[in-house]
Amino acid sequence: MSAQWISVIGTSIFCFGFKYLGHSVPELWLNHPRIQRINTYIPIVLLTGLVTVQGLTEKTKVVIDHRAAGLGVAVVALLAKLPFPLVIIASAITSAVIYRIN
Amino acid sequence: MSVKSDSLSIGITVGAFGSAFGAAAVASHYSVLQACLLSLLTFSGASQFAVIGVLGSGGSAISAIATSSLLGIRNGLYGVRMAQILKITGIRRIFGAQLTIDESTGVALSQSTPAAMKTGFWYTGLAVYIFWNLFTLLGALGASALGDPAAWGLDTAIPAIFLGLVWNRLSNRKAWAIALSALVVALALTPIAPAGIPIMSTVILAIILGWNE
Repeated sequence: MSAQWISVIGTSIFCFGFKYLGHSVPELWLNHPRIQRINTYIPIVLLTGLVTVQGLTEKTKVVIDHRAAGLGVAVVALLAKLPFPLVIIASAITSAVIYRIN
Repeated sequence: MSVKSDSLSIGITVGAFGSAFGAAAVASHYSVLQACLLSLLTFSGASQFAVIGVLGSGGSAISAIATSSLLGIRNGLYGVRMAQILKITGIRRIFGAQLTIDESTGVALSQSTPAAMKTGFWYTGLAVYIFWNLFTLLGALGASALGDPAAWGLDTAIPAIFLGLVWNRLSNRKAWAIALSALVVALALTPIAPAGIPIMSTVILAIILGWNE
């Protein structure tokens, strides 16, 4: 089986499993403030990690290229409070233009 | 009435991003079928982008699954909250669980009566589900025809989507500090750790920084 198939099946099982588990356990188990805090922070660190690795690295190197330029535009667009779709489109267009020039 | 129309407009807006997912999945060497199955079965945007992103950038299947699953934990905690409101069992619990995502929970919890909460949850969940899956198929088919993903900015659109998702969560100084330390850890580990590990390692930061107030 290819890595793609394994990842599709594994991700689907775990993601549905967590959803179903949440609907099935007593609420007080997960009400601890520590669990709540860590749960708030996990998406922040993972999403930041994904931005960093996919935007600023290539294999084992830190690389500043067309992707970094696109992300820079995204930051400006987010600071300007543009709607989410515009942020992504502006970022992608910047990146594509620089990629094609090079 | 307004709960239902809100649900529908959220469903269409969020669902349209399914086309970005479908395109990104194909660009990361997933087939159209695999892209559609991820949207049907995983049905959680951040987790789906994470799994194709980690594998697409050279990570192993295990680190791809681990990253996407850790991102999926929050849906479980939404489920705990929604279970008190929905009070569902059997097959309805299975469907309700699958529809438990950021948007359906967010709309439900912003209503003021239990009846409106239920309506908001089911309508938003179903609307996002239908449009997300429809657009995933369209995006995957479209990307198959595009060719080089970088020429269309797709290689940047994915991290830009992650950036937009994390941006909403950076509501205070501590959140910013946590995000910046995750950035430093991911960059520092990139030259020395196998692909996928730099992203997963940031969870240790969440545990350390969240342990005490």
